Amino acid sequence: MSDKRKELIVSAISNGTVIDHIPTETVFQVIKILGLDKTKNQVYFGTNLESKKFGSKGIIKISGKYFEHEEINKIALVAPSATLIEIRDYEVSKKSTVHIPEKVDKIVKCFNPNCITNKEDVSTRFDVFYDDNNNLKLACHYCEKNTSKENIVFI
Amino acid sequence: MKNRSLVSINDYSKEEIIRILDLAEEFEKQPRQEILKGRVVASLFFEPSTRTRLSFESAAQQLGASVIGFSSAATTSVQKGETLKDTILTVSNYSDLIVMRHPVDGSARYASEVAPVPIINAGDGANQHPTQCLLDLYSIRKTQGTLDNLDITFVGDLKYGRTVHSLTMALCHFNTRFHLVSPVELKLPSAVKRHIKDAQLHYEQYTDMSEVIPKSDILYMTRIQRERFPDPLEYERVKNSYNLVNAMLVDGKSNLKILHPLPRVNEISTDVDSNPMAYYFQQALNGIYVRQALMASILGFK
Repeated sequence: MSDKRKELIVSAISNGTVIDHIPTETVFQVIKILGLDKTKNQVYFGTNLESKKFGSKGIIKISGKYFEHEEINKIALVAPSATLIEIRDYEVSKKSTVHIPEKVDKIVKCFNPNCITNKEDVSTRFDVFYDDNNNLKLACHYCEKNTSKENIVFI
Repeated sequence: MKNRSLVSINDYSKEEIIRILDLAEEFEKQPRQEILKGRVVASLFFEPSTRTRLSFESAAQQLGASVIGFSSAATTSVQKGETLKDTILTVSNYSDLIVMRHPVDGSARYASEVAPVPIINAGDGANQHPTQCLLDLYSIRKTQGTLDNLDITFVGDLKYGRTVHSLTMALCHFNTRFHLVSPVELKLPSAVKRHIKDAQLHYEQYTDMSEVIPKSDILYMTRIQRERFPDPLEYERVKNSYNLVNAMLVDGKSNLKILHPLPRVNEISTDVDSNPMAYYFQQALNGIYVRQALMASILGFK
């Protein structure tokens, strides 16, 4: 693929954030988690793009917006491999990776059907921890039950 | 502890637990004191639990408090679709303290976050029942003279029994040796065992209780419910092996006491009732003193 053709697929932004190396299947979840479906900023995204590292990947570019650590770490649950690139005046000003947060609020459903958060209009709150086998789990602040990674459903 | 809600036993530190138990001892000596006169305790039982409700209401009334409330959600505006938040906010206007029992897990934590008055959780679904835990601790300390370094045996449904979970977590403060007797299907969940491991304490698991009785200071029996078994034959197979009969207690230590959160069905044979090791009815009585200690402490009178 030539450089020129590549530029057509992922057009550059002058100022803003590029989130690269998102797993193809979670691009839409990332958009939702970050509220990009409701933003007034210009957003470009691509899925099923070629990636040397992962075979296929997704990418999102948000013009004129930079994220706080806490905000961006929310996407680590679905896109742990994501790279965050801040662009200022067409130049890369900062590159970083995402980290799994200690707390996950409002974005994940509690797996326990009898939890108050599934019965009334109550926002979910979880503490993140790892079990003996180093599997990620979310401990519900309300019902105290655990939701494991494979059971995570985004609100 | 003044004005602080009690939702989960983990809300209290070891020192706070001991403080409540010490206070409960005072109330046992003198359960009728008018120290809460003029105070209103709301007793909101969104699902029926006669034993717990009467224990709380009696405890409050013996201290001179007035009690308002309901014993099931059927006759309240919950039936009209009122949210828990609205019910709690409304009742907060009428009371100084809310005792609540609710069928939904996590309801008490949520109520404690929206209510301007403190909440005591009297059971939220399958989650927590901290006053049962405190009365269990009180009963253990009273019969053994200490909470430290005891051999405590849990028998029966260790998977779903919330009293077992809360008590296990609380006992992790006291260097307990845990003996866990249950059918394989009803073993203590790993989330609870994690607390034992984190405290670097010792536990052993068994499927037969006879070998562990001579080692035990406390035998904490629980009910195995038929509906926990998808296969009714499996239930029939296990149910008799977790029934305590008097003859099994001959090798028990002299200080051994048998506890049970009640109601009991057939896991403790009635021939055990007259054995001095049987303590389950006095255990229920201790609930009064522990609840008095809690209410007096939360309302700032002790």
